[in-house]
Amino acid sequence: MKTLMSGNEAIARGAWEAGTKVAAAYPGTPSTEILQNVALYKDIYSEWSANEKVALDLAIGAAYAGQRAMAAMKHVGLNVASESLFYSSYTGLNAGLVIISADDPGMHSSQNEQDNRHFARFAKVPMLEPTDSQEAKDYVRLAFDLSEQFDTPVLIRTTTRTSHAKSAVELTDRAGVEKRPYVKNPSKYAMIPGFAKMRHPVVEERMKKLKQWAEESDVNSIEPGDHSIGIIACGAAYQYAREVFPTASFLKLGMVWPLPEGKIREFASQVEKVYVVEELDPFIEENVRQLGIAVEGKSIFPILDELSPERVRQSAVKAGLLPAEANGGALDVGPLAKRPPVLCAGCGHRDVFWILRKMKVTVNSDIGCYALGVMPPLDATDTIGCMGASIGVAMGMRIAGLETSNVAVLGDSTFFHAGLPALADAVYNQTPVVTIVVDNRTTGMTGHQGNPGSGRTLHGKGKDIDIAAVARGMGVNHVVSVDARDLKDVEKIIREAVKLNEPSVIVIHSICVFEEHHNREEYTIIAEDCNGCTLCFRIGCPAISKSEELDAKSQRPKAWIEPSLCVGCGLCFDVCAHQAIEPGREKVPA
Amino acid sequence: METTTTNFLLAGVGGQGTLLASDIVAEVGLHTGLDVKKSEVHGMSQRGGAVTSHVRWGTRVASPLCEMGKVDFFIAQEMLEALRWLAYLKPGGTIVLNKQRWVPISTTYGQDIYPAEEHVMATVSGRAGKVLALDAIAISEELGNRRAANSVLLGALSTHLDTAVEEWLAVIEKNVPQKHKEVNRQCFLAGREGDWSYKK
Ligand SMILES: Cc1ncc(C[n+]2csc(CCOP(=O)(O)OP(=O)(O)O)c2C)c(N)n1
Ligand code: SF4
Ligand code: SF4
Repeated sequence: MKTLMSGNEAIARGAWEAGTKVAAAYPGTPSTEILQNVALYKDIYSEWSANEKVALDLAIGAAYAGQRAMAAMKHVGLNVASESLFYSSYTGLNAGLVIISADDPGMHSSQNEQDNRHFARFAKVPMLEPTDSQEAKDYVRLAFDLSEQFDTPVLIRTTTRTSHAKSAVELTDRAGVEKRPYVKNPSKYAMIPGFAKMRHPVVEERMKKLKQWAEESDVNSIEPGDHSIGIIACGAAYQYAREVFPTASFLKLGMVWPLPEGKIREFASQVEKVYVVEELDPFIEENVRQLGIAVEGKSIFPILDELSPERVRQSAVKAGLLPAEANGGALDVGPLAKRPPVLCAGCGHRDVFWILRKMKVTVNSDIGCYALGVMPPLDATDTIGCMGASIGVAMGMRIAGLETSNVAVLGDSTFFHAGLPALADAVYNQTPVVTIVVDNRTTGMTGHQGNPGSGRTLHGKGKDIDIAAVARGMGVNHVVSVDARDLKDVEKIIREAVKLNEPSVIVIHSICVFEEHHNREEYTIIAEDCNGCTLCFRIGCPAISKSEELDAKSQRPKAWIEPSLCVGCGLCFDVCAHQAIEPGREKVPA
Repeated sequence: METTTTNFLLAGVGGQGTLLASDIVAEVGLHTGLDVKKSEVHGMSQRGGAVTSHVRWGTRVASPLCEMGKVDFFIAQEMLEALRWLAYLKPGGTIVLNKQRWVPISTTYGQDIYPAEEHVMATVSGRAGKVLALDAIAISEELGNRRAANSVLLGALSTHLDTAVEEWLAVIEKNVPQKHKEVNRQCFLAGREGDWSYKK
């Protein structure tokens, strides 16, 4: 019987079946569930690493030592780990190394939608791309075999739809894979220029051999059909194209780098016109065009955003490849209220951004749930870049003579991921930057994983690192810890810090409601005292809405707290100027 | 390649259990021997954002995403979300509508307006051939647990599919914790029994 699995579950299963011994990752949508599922297999050592580069270095080390190893990350994680990808391409390995890059076309939960197929070409390593969960599982095993056969790291690229979509998978057993002995060989594993020069020709030779493999392997297969339209596709886009062009001829590419030039030519000679349906960049298209083959791709199918069956169909209809069909898609439902992601009711980050907004400081924020501080009504944030950018950008703005005070804000997981070197820089150069760590003791955004600050590992208990002690140890003189719920103290501490002429760190304990509870029951509006002033509307708590009842004098709707949503944090109570909110009862400890 | 597929779309608000409900629909399809694909986007952990999940049953399913205007069964767990994704339902398709209002903050701090129930019902009826409208939370609350509301909706949905009741119950019981099995079973049966047809 087949099992329904997401692409990520299937990759974890594939790693287990392939005899993987070591797997490491840093969480990131859409890749996170890979390691969460690997962790269920007790015969694999698995960990959340502090960041993607550490995860990849660790996997490389394990492969050098002779055990099959895997590192998994989201697309931007591979930017962080790219240095390690490049040197491992040169050194090759001993046992197999597989790197999963989970791209996010459409930016469901990312700051950009880069196409990581370019990394395969750039770093000169092979890349496989599955179209469903069965292939996701099978390709992991294949990737390990290729890695050992050609002495190369192998990339597997998924996208949000292949990572998170579920489909039926046939399971098999774990392969018995022997540990390979480690033999010291610095000219292969120690990349000083003299040795690296000798490795580069090996890399070029390897890619030639892999090209030959790509020609012969059935992961790249011609699926003959109607000769008037020939479609080259890979990944999720292949499935959409299959849906929309059920009778066309297809060249399905399971290996997206290196490309099988001979097979592409053969396919092109069998069909009247070649089209490439691919998500994001014209990666295959440009390579096909370089072969002198007439091909169309991005002139028809969009470069922006993720594809979908209707986007593929609409583009094809517009280009005259398909007749228009009446699908009744268009529909006017009237104006629709937006429902963007919001900080949860009771999230401690809300308190911090409420104060920052009130202070009108420039906020250089970072990646995490607290990035939502940029959204209305809080609207408190000026800049967000990538993990750890907050501190460096804040320093640059300060040094360039910014007219207002500015602060860097980053989360606990982000602090350990990429904040540390930036803080070292601030201390070293004595740049008067205010670093606020909103410490909720979890990696909230990606689904509440542990991190070095919480000390909770992928498997439970590890050792926690005290952020304030780290800052002091690095030489920050002004380090203060405060609870986000003490609004007045938070404000006072930040006001003092921005006046200093040296770097400072403020660690704000801010509750994530998935981790910790507030100590009161739900708050209530005292209807006769509420005059609809709208102040509490401006904190953006999802438990607060406009009630049906209007204030007699102002004719404005009074506030309403939905009891099933309120978690009793008390921010609305602190904000209300009319004492119109009644605190919830104190919870009795169970 | 001749293929017949049955397309489902589930839409709700983060925290309503959209993903679990769609897992159940997908697994029921697999149990009955069909090829199944399902797609959703998760990874935003905050509560309260819009969530959708696509499920497709068929002899051979290619795309995990349904096409707009081609969904046979639309399970809307919330009224505003029913409107937001209504264009996915094929004209004349079936909608199972949970009559819950979950007001987004854009209507509190901003100018957005939550749609009136009459508007929702009129728009939905204009598109669907069959509207099943029910207050699943009230029903599940009465049966002992408001968090089992989705089983009520699945029960209502199941009356419009050929799949045997036992298949549904087996998959539901497999997917919910031991202590909630009985209430989910009762909720599913309550969803099956009522007549929820909404008449214009
Ligand atoms: C290089 C990189 N890796 C991973 C991610 C995915 N990601 C987004 S936010 C985040 C961490 C958030 O944790 P934390 O800083 O503790 O803030 P919280 O969400 O808990 O508020 C991660 C891992 C990313 N955007 N970029
Ligand atoms: S998941 Fe936690 S950190 Fe993220 S918004 Fe919700 S309460 Fe805040
Ligand atoms: S106490 Fe007020 S601000 Fe906090 S969760 Fe409840 S309604 Fe929202």
